Amino acid sequence: MEFNRFGQIHRTAAKVVKLSYRFWQIAALAMLMGSCSSSPTTTGSPQASTSDNPAGGDAWTVGMIIVGPKNDAGWNQAHYEGMETVVKTVPGVKFEYVDKVNPGDRPNVTGAQVADDLIAKGAKMIIFNSDDFKDDALAAAKKHPDISIIHISGDYAWKEGKNFKDQKNLSNIMARMEYGKMMAGCAAALGTKTGKIGYLGPLINDETRRYASSAYLGAKYCWENYRKKNPKDLTFKVTWIGFWFNIPGKTLDPTKVADDYYNGGFDVVMSGIDTPEAATQAKKAADAGKDVRFVHYDFKEGCTLAPGICLGVPYYNWSLPYRKAVEEARSGKIPNEFVWLAPDWKDINNPETSILGFLPGKALGENTKFMDEFIKGLGDGSIHPFKGPLNFQDGTPFLKAGETATDQQIWYLPQLLAGMEGPSK
Amino acid sequence: MTKSFFYQISSFAIALIILTGMILLSGASPLAIIASMWGGAFGTLDQVARVVSTLAPLLLCASGLLFTFTAGLYNLGIEGQISFGAIVAMIPIRLFQDVLPPALVIVLAIGLGGVGGALWGLLAGALNVYGRVNEIFAGLGLNFVADGLALYLIFGPWKKEGVASMSGTETFHESLWLPTLANTDISPISLLLGIAAVVITLVVLRGTHFGLQLRAVGQNLRASYVLGIPSTRQLLSAFAICGSFAGLAGSLQVLAVYHRLIPSVSSNLGFLALLVAMLIGLNALLILPVAFFFSALNVGSLQLPLELNLESSLAGVIQGMLVLFALLGRGLSETLPPQAIRRQIAIWFDKKQTAKG
Repeated sequence: MEFNRFGQIHRTAAKVVKLSYRFWQIAALAMLMGSCSSSPTTTGSPQASTSDNPAGGDAWTVGMIIVGPKNDAGWNQAHYEGMETVVKTVPGVKFEYVDKVNPGDRPNVTGAQVADDLIAKGAKMIIFNSDDFKDDALAAAKKHPDISIIHISGDYAWKEGKNFKDQKNLSNIMARMEYGKMMAGCAAALGTKTGKIGYLGPLINDETRRYASSAYLGAKYCWENYRKKNPKDLTFKVTWIGFWFNIPGKTLDPTKVADDYYNGGFDVVMSGIDTPEAATQAKKAADAGKDVRFVHYDFKEGCTLAPGICLGVPYYNWSLPYRKAVEEARSGKIPNEFVWLAPDWKDINNPETSILGFLPGKALGENTKFMDEFIKGLGDGSIHPFKGPLNFQDGTPFLKAGETATDQQIWYLPQLLAGMEGPSK
Repeated sequence: MTKSFFYQISSFAIALIILTGMILLSGASPLAIIASMWGGAFGTLDQVARVVSTLAPLLLCASGLLFTFTAGLYNLGIEGQISFGAIVAMIPIRLFQDVLPPALVIVLAIGLGGVGGALWGLLAGALNVYGRVNEIFAGLGLNFVADGLALYLIFGPWKKEGVASMSGTETFHESLWLPTLANTDISPISLLLGIAAVVITLVVLRGTHFGLQLRAVGQNLRASYVLGIPSTRQLLSAFAICGSFAGLAGSLQVLAVYHRLIPSVSSNLGFLALLVAMLIGLNALLILPVAFFFSALNVGSLQLPLELNLESSLAGVIQGMLVLFALLGRGLSETLPPQAIRRQIAIWFDKKQTAKG
């Protein structure tokens, strides 16, 4: 009896399995279509196009390879708008670009290939806007020796650097954003009530260690000197998501990381990534009644995301170095230098003269005066956060008492600093 | 006109009409899209080279998939097999790049890549045959595992000096890069391997006892088992062969294209090859033209954002629609004879006439 019934069940099950097999074939097909036809993107932006200058005709074309979406309210938008400004102010310049050039958004496309296409369309100068393009930039420079290749945030053109490559048509441009990050850190320290600051970090490299550490130094200085508190009571934690922006399934989700900070007693989160999750999640938390604030990064208009709870934003003004590079290359000289520009301390927010600036946010309130004092001190050299004694995170000495860090020590910072939480490697 | 040809042509026409409609609805011009994708695929030497270099992994993967399709299997794990092949190919490169002669390292990397892919394929096969897990789930699951493994290695043990980055591991020495033609992306070795895979597939599936047995297994697993065909062995062989071709493609992605391991090293080429294999049915002769067409679509699609401000994923939609309708056409041709359709149309016309009259 029992055996018979078992056999019957078995046969029915086999039928069901057969039917569902057919179903899964179709489902699999549907899935396949999905995976081939859509790529994960954070924004629904059109991705690329051309900005024609009224000059038309003999336009001098600049091509840009943008790692993320051009309207990310962060790093990529700052580059995009910087070049747009150049198009508006320098006659006869044409701007072509492709954004979202990364293995998640555009599989089977490399930065060097996009450069080939832009050059085929007439570009005389190619800008790679991410550290991650350093090998693509070098490959493109080798392949097209007559084209000016500019790699943002790399060091291959730095003769005194560790990774110098003698490539005549390759330039690097970067701002001394460590100053901007110190200001950002100071704003965070002036704005925190719990004494717990979270730093939303991208991936771990020289640049990001430099920035996270600068932010910490700024925070520590202002916490001690303006808030008159003990540095031991300041928590500064870094969480690295794994890339400059969210790539679903490949990086930590910055939305969740920001939420974890805000729910875990960190009332200020500083953004170190390209996209605005620190701001958007702060806004959500604030709308739900939480007493939180954020410090934005990269993009001048960043505080408009949530003005009431924004402590400030250090931002890049790329139009300044871009205009200079374009004018130089157009005059026939292919730029081949390592450009690492400090802000114009006379007025860091002057778009004509300063590559980086800092806009204090409303949430600073009356502490804005300390902010101004701090910036003034950085400018006249009376405040020098990269001055010893300073130790690395593992306790080994970084700078002896009175010693100031060299450019190389700052650029190639090998570890986070003592007092910071979060991995160095 | 044969029955299936009639259905294939009509379904192709319907797919084109629907695609045109979709493109018009999105406010773009179909002709401009064709022109810009054509320009993007064949406009410059670099672009033609890119079409050819994308073709090589597609040929390998589509050939491999013909084995699994012949055996009646949907090997959706092909992406993972490419990735795992790429991972395994990195091992000799990392271990021996400063020790052994470059040519030997390259041969080792390609060979081990194939072995790695075969193992990953066999794993899906074992889950399917012995674990009774549907091969679609087994494959998709193993895709995630291979992807996760690549990410772990890139962010962990194999990360660049001081830098863990989505851009992948450190680029290895130039002497290990597969040579390319005239400063373009074409690697003759990759292309030869791709073409060799197609030839092997043609010969094995059409002209050998093994191919015949595989077809029998694919058409009726139970009957072939009863008739004494070692069906388990044939199923596992199909997985292993497909996996090894995919693994080879993975090793070529590392050696010829990226010169390092990157997180999405398979670049969705396995899924693209699945579309190729589905479109051509079991006709291995069609691999080359169809894979070439899809490769051109894939490469040309970069021009959509550059010139027309459109999402480049439109190319994926086009590919998907063509395959879907080809399958639909094939399915209908097996169920409805053309006469039945003609009769239906005649009845419909009659009704219209009487309604007018």
